[in-house]
Amino acid sequence: MDALDVTVRIVAVFLAFLLLPLLVGQTEHKVMAHMQGRVGPMYAGGFHGWAQLVADGVKFAQKEDVVPDGADRRVFQLAPALALIPYLLVLVAIPVAPGGGVAQTLDAGIFFVLAVMGVGILGSLMGGWASANKFSLLGGLRTAAQLMAYELPMLLAAASVAMAAGTLSLPGILGVWEWWWLPWQLVGGAVFFTAGLAELQRPPFDAPIADSEIIFGAYTEYTGLRFALFLLAEYAGIVVVSALTAVLFLGGWHGPSADGLGWLWMLLKTGVLAFGVIWLRVSYPRLREDQIQRLAWTALVPLALFQIALTGVVKVVM
Amino acid sequence: MSPTPSERASKERGRTSRGVFGSGLAKGLAVTLRTMTRRSVTEHYPDAQPDLPPRTRGVIGLFEENCTVCMLCARECPDWCIYIDSHKETVPPAAPGGRERSRNVLDRFAIDFALCMYCGICIEVCPFDALFWSPEFEYAETDIRELTHERDKLREWMWTVPEPPGLDERAEEAKELAAARKAADKAAQTAEAERLAAHREQPPQETAPAQETAPGGPAPGEPAPGGSAREGSASGAAPDEDRGDGGA
Repeated sequence: MDALDVTVRIVAVFLAFLLLPLLVGQTEHKVMAHMQGRVGPMYAGGFHGWAQLVADGVKFAQKEDVVPDGADRRVFQLAPALALIPYLLVLVAIPVAPGGGVAQTLDAGIFFVLAVMGVGILGSLMGGWASANKFSLLGGLRTAAQLMAYELPMLLAAASVAMAAGTLSLPGILGVWEWWWLPWQLVGGAVFFTAGLAELQRPPFDAPIADSEIIFGAYTEYTGLRFALFLLAEYAGIVVVSALTAVLFLGGWHGPSADGLGWLWMLLKTGVLAFGVIWLRVSYPRLREDQIQRLAWTALVPLALFQIALTGVVKVVM
Repeated sequence: MSPTPSERASKERGRTSRGVFGSGLAKGLAVTLRTMTRRSVTEHYPDAQPDLPPRTRGVIGLFEENCTVCMLCARECPDWCIYIDSHKETVPPAAPGGRERSRNVLDRFAIDFALCMYCGICIEVCPFDALFWSPEFEYAETDIRELTHERDKLREWMWTVPEPPGLDERAEEAKELAAARKAADKAAQTAEAERLAAHREQPPQETAPAQETAPGGPAPGEPAPGGSAREGSASGAAPDEDRGDGGA
């Protein structure tokens, strides 16, 4: 692995990290608007408001960076970075195409990915704790409760795939993937995607940031660039969760006539899942805090355990 | 034993969610997806002018030729946003030896649209039809003081006042029309009566000419509804126009 190769891979990951979340954000603007009978941004950039997020970014960069008086300064300022960087690190391990189409092959890929994604939530916790604001604290507590509840079904669902493949490496899993894994791991996929949605605090699981009741929760006191980083983290999270679901449960680069076009299949699956994330946001109202907890402990955890049992049985019988 | 609250609650829940599990969730997704495939309802305002209904309360136009400076609008205005200045002028007598007449001359008529709450009371109350709603709405200013618009501007807005919308189907006829028709009928009747009286005085001397005129006009003795209606509309035109001038 020479220096040029490493540079190319790093640049590629950076580009994906900077462009894909913006793409998802713009899609959300437009899709959400049309699902509500509106047209969304129409002016920025000239053609159907394609540059709306660029304009937003310029606006955020111009704003004053305010730190509240009573805030824990260091922690407050560090939180957005901590929320964003884990998703960048996760992108490094996600395989896009067969035969080295991954920035860094990791033997314990699933383990690495899930551990690092859990760190991302810490950004919200830090922001909630350090803001010296009661809304932020409430949001932080809700984030913590949600993290506790949904990390478990997510891990169990991922463990089921690892059992089926007999490896923890993400490219390794895709290497042995067969089409009939789709129905076999269907329940696990649904649990993983739902839990991922909850981890991202996306609607309908957005009680921790609920703007209409606790004023954006942990992000209440954030302005300007730091707030933009939190938003970017949310959209990067959508990309990462969609890509992971595609890799683990939808066969990643596999697809009809996938020779040489594996990366296109991967992008397509990720895109469809990201569209699903937006679609769910438009369609469903916010779950109450107790409903979120009940869904995790009485529905998702048993379903994930059932999936593991099913995987085990099929594995032994085959 | 009556069922415990929890039992009752579970029974009710079972009754309400009888459909296939998750059908409600699917229905929600279907609604949003269907909406996405339809055309949006957004009005592209700055690019395309909105299609406003005829009774839109955009701005108030002044038809100053009709204004008599009676001050009713200014007095009825709930937030006192109408400013009227006037003076009296003396008109020389129309006929020699007559009395001089005085009339009001409008000097200033201004509406402060920063105060106006678009209630339309001034328009309702004006007895001389000098104020009208116009759908024009693009008169925003960067300085609040420039929202006080003077009579020339208000007069200009009169050109944007649309024709009054026609009556709804099967709506009650306008009072003015009913009054005009009544006056016309009355005039026709008196004209008819006069003619009949004239006929009755003359018959002994000239029987032949009277019979000659009979086919053209109504026969004496019977009122002939068709003929009277035609005459009524012809003779009713004059009083109708008279009323129109007085009212306008």
